[in-house]
Amino acid sequence: MNTEAYSVSVSPHIRTSEDTRSIMLDVIIALIPAIVGSVYFFGWRALVMTAVSAASAVFFEWLYRKLMKKPSSIGDLSAVVTGILLAFCCPVTMPYWMLIAGNAVAIIIVKQLYGGIGKNFMNPALIGRAFMLSWPAAITRWTAVFEPVKVIGGNADAVSTATPLAELSLSALPENYDLLGMFLGKMPGCIGEVSTALLILGALYLLVRKIISLRIPLAFIATVAILTYIFPRGNDALRWMACNLLSGGLVLGAFYMATDYVTSPCTKTGQLIYGVGCGLLTVFIRYFGASPEGVSYAILIMNACSWLLDKIGRPTRFGAKTLKAKEGSLK
Amino acid sequence: MPGKFFGGVHPAQNKSDSAKKEIRTPRSPEIAVIPMSMHVGAQCRPLVGKGDYVALGQIIGDSDAPVSAPIHASVSGTVVAVEARPHPSGSRVLSVVIANDFKDTPAGDPDVRTDVSDLSPESIADIIRSAGIVGLGGAAFPTHAKIRSGLGKVDTVIINGAECEPYITSGYRGMLENGDELLGGARIFRKIYGLESVTIAIEDNKADAIRHLKRLLPSSDNSIRIISLKTRYPQGAEKQLIQTVTGRQVPPGGLPADVGCAVFNTDTAAAVYRAVYNGVPLTQKVVTVAGSAVASPVNLRVRIGTPFSELFSACGGFKETPRKIVMGGPMTGLAQHDLSAPVIKGTNCILALSDHECGRAVSERACIRCGRCIEACPMRLMPMLMYAYEQKGDLDELEKLNVTDCIECGCCGYICPGRLHLVQSFKTGKKKLAEKRAKEAAR
Repeated sequence: MNTEAYSVSVSPHIRTSEDTRSIMLDVIIALIPAIVGSVYFFGWRALVMTAVSAASAVFFEWLYRKLMKKPSSIGDLSAVVTGILLAFCCPVTMPYWMLIAGNAVAIIIVKQLYGGIGKNFMNPALIGRAFMLSWPAAITRWTAVFEPVKVIGGNADAVSTATPLAELSLSALPENYDLLGMFLGKMPGCIGEVSTALLILGALYLLVRKIISLRIPLAFIATVAILTYIFPRGNDALRWMACNLLSGGLVLGAFYMATDYVTSPCTKTGQLIYGVGCGLLTVFIRYFGASPEGVSYAILIMNACSWLLDKIGRPTRFGAKTLKAKEGSLK
Repeated sequence: MPGKFFGGVHPAQNKSDSAKKEIRTPRSPEIAVIPMSMHVGAQCRPLVGKGDYVALGQIIGDSDAPVSAPIHASVSGTVVAVEARPHPSGSRVLSVVIANDFKDTPAGDPDVRTDVSDLSPESIADIIRSAGIVGLGGAAFPTHAKIRSGLGKVDTVIINGAECEPYITSGYRGMLENGDELLGGARIFRKIYGLESVTIAIEDNKADAIRHLKRLLPSSDNSIRIISLKTRYPQGAEKQLIQTVTGRQVPPGGLPADVGCAVFNTDTAAAVYRAVYNGVPLTQKVVTVAGSAVASPVNLRVRIGTPFSELFSACGGFKETPRKIVMGGPMTGLAQHDLSAPVIKGTNCILALSDHECGRAVSERACIRCGRCIEACPMRLMPMLMYAYEQKGDLDELEKLNVTDCIECGCCGYICPGRLHLVQSFKTGKKKLAEKRAKEAAR
């Protein structure tokens, strides 16, 4: 019998094959349809934007860990996801350097300064986007779909147009867009947010792979749906509701950002309250806020409540019901 | 089914290799190392000394403590040492070392019975105690003590044939090969508690065992109910099995008897039958030898005290260098560093796991707050928060999160994509908490 040293550690001795890296890879796979769609709607610049964003996110993650003499964490692929999502909430004309600056904030300040993956309490991509509002003109310069944009160089001269969401914020139903076109993504907007169809396709993959559950996205979207239907502006409540669901970052936010593990609650009850909270705040900001879009701030505000919601949602311990019955019978 | 236990996971079964193979009895060991602690409770005092001749089945260790069980010689021969030897727990434990003379000289005529109807529950418990029987599913709680603590309280007896851990098939083979003894043991438990019927619960991945036992049971016999459970880990954990079968939840810190239940393993039932009817003490165990590093997985009937190295030799040795040797299942078993440690009463499996089975390496172990551990926890705890507080050293918060409820089933550690050492953290946390409480009590 050989005398080699055996590894001795506490059980369990087997692990599921799923790990952080495979989960992040699944999220990236789920985002591919929307990436392909973005190229179709906005041209090759959309793909280059996404690639530059992902690469810069990985670079900043690598750089920070290198400078701080910590083990590299780029292998978990979470920076790639952050980079893609940040590009997804920018218009295609956004200058690359602004996008890179946004990634620096997202990765270094929001994620790494708090201790790296799992420690940040707000969504890095969304804070990156919030930071990029320092350039309000650039982040709201929308071009129509199929409008040619230069891959290299500035697009400040590109013909800009209003998004359906901007029309909604003026209490008007967007007249130039049919609902099917909106569902497919034929409307101006951020790179990754326009096509509800492709985002849902990716979300289905995540649901089948059990990476996300429906609790947060469904609670989020249903809350927006119910509120916009009950309080419509204009005389067609159903169309008002549909336009609200299909425009802006609602579907992107609900399925891919509000479900971010790190910044959302872990308990079932917590997740439901969180989803409803996201929906309420989104409608609140869209109806009464200065900017047309409410999804990103709604999620960020709810991020800050996750800890509290997990306290509320803490499961009842095994056997508590027996204890209660016993105490009851003693009285 | 009245209940369904909370949480749980579905690890790969990996039972098929050894499940097909009949239990084989290899040659008994040349040297048997029999530890004086093979059960939950007080350690036994050796009753023999160096140079003594011992017969097979002779009591060589015992204790007066209420929670303990006597220990019998598993071979006949000469005691060559009474000293501390490597034990599966990882430490060295006082053991009686016997040089086998291969004669299996019996320790006297066994107490054979054909009728047990005039035996009282107490006298049956006494027989079970003197046979040295403990919970053979792995927990090794003295069976006589469990029986006594439940007298007058128990209305439901469950014979546990879940065998929910991957790889282990020793219980399954026992059900197929010693079904009559198992059913006989179940009837003894029924008599002890004066019940109308007892339940044998088996996971549905062992459908042929269920069919076999039902076939052995006369159709007019309503005293034994055999039920099939949907396979999920940790179905065979005592509290979870009770929840599945009866819907009752054992209260925190409580015992199965608090909700009128008693759970016994199928192998324990068969051992009880042999003790009561044939007067046979516990000196042998059926052990599954498996794992991806093992050349040919098997089930072996071996003497207690056989070193692990001999079990691996008996099945063709290793086909690759194992990274881990584990006594018990891969979810809750004990990692071994010394193959001279012996088979003890609670040993039902010994695994040699190769590198790839122990999980892919990760760059950094970090919680990503995915919540999978919370969903998988059968005790409805919050492993991720418990881990965070244990790492921080905040014992008060750890206590508030009910860390003492943790049954260490390993579901959270298995499912964790951040590869955290969760169970290790909770074991440490519980220990620190107990130390703190002891200190406070001393003040």
